[in-house]
Amino acid sequence: MLAPLPYYLILSALLFTIGIFGFLFRKNPLIMFMSIELMLNAANLTFVSFARFLGSLNGQVIVFFIMTIAAAEVVVGLAIIVSIFRARASIDVDEIHLLKD
Amino acid sequence: MGIIAFFVIAVVAIVGAAAMVVSRNSVHSALFLVVNLFCIALLYLSLNADFLAVVQIIVYAGAIMVLFLFVVTLLNPAQSESPDRLRGQGWVASVLALVLLVEVGAVILSGVFATVKSSAIPPTVNWGDNVQAVGTLLYSQYLFPFEVTSILLLVAIVGATVLAKRRL
Repeated sequence: MLAPLPYYLILSALLFTIGIFGFLFRKNPLIMFMSIELMLNAANLTFVSFARFLGSLNGQVIVFFIMTIAAAEVVVGLAIIVSIFRARASIDVDEIHLLKD
Repeated sequence: MGIIAFFVIAVVAIVGAAAMVVSRNSVHSALFLVVNLFCIALLYLSLNADFLAVVQIIVYAGAIMVLFLFVVTLLNPAQSESPDRLRGQGWVASVLALVLLVEVGAVILSGVFATVKSSAIPPTVNWGDNVQAVGTLLYSQYLFPFEVTSILLLVAIVGATVLAKRRL
């Protein structure tokens, strides 16, 4: 017995909203990145549930690609955070408001 | 039975996500996010996406979260957040998130997706099991995007190396 499609979509919307809230609310860039991961996962859940309910596999393949892109994004983003921390000894995003120096 | 399991997993996923956002300690946040990712992997299993469930656990809960934990321990986790530079950031964030939730919820509940019938047929029924089906699709119809993905990963590797080196 499978839960109906709107249940999955509502859960996905809730997770996405929590991710948006975390991204806007927190000032620690690590938590902001985790919120982005949460949003990507919420979108993935929507893809997979539509793939299931439409009887098509394309959604699952797209989720595979999204996971790859998420991994690449996290790697580059964390490298940027580490280099900012080296330069300024602080990673609070409110402190990072200059392009140079 | 399936619906009860769905609700249990959904509640754990939402609690994990909320705890991730409000937790003061970055390490706790990362572990709560792992809880959430595991719940999503279980939901993938319930949706007949076996391959993606395993990939979710290996790639997200394994690789990406270990990377997060490395960076958290590398940086100073005990730093407290500075007072708001933007006044009322919390209120604005709550209102915007709530508006978004209402919008999306209204669209979902408006019955736009009523044409999507809950077909009880798993999408893999014609292609053998899930892993075989996804693999076949990935190496035939999606071959070019798959190859482009490898270039993307190469760019990410080079970018991370360049950023992490002090002097080139």
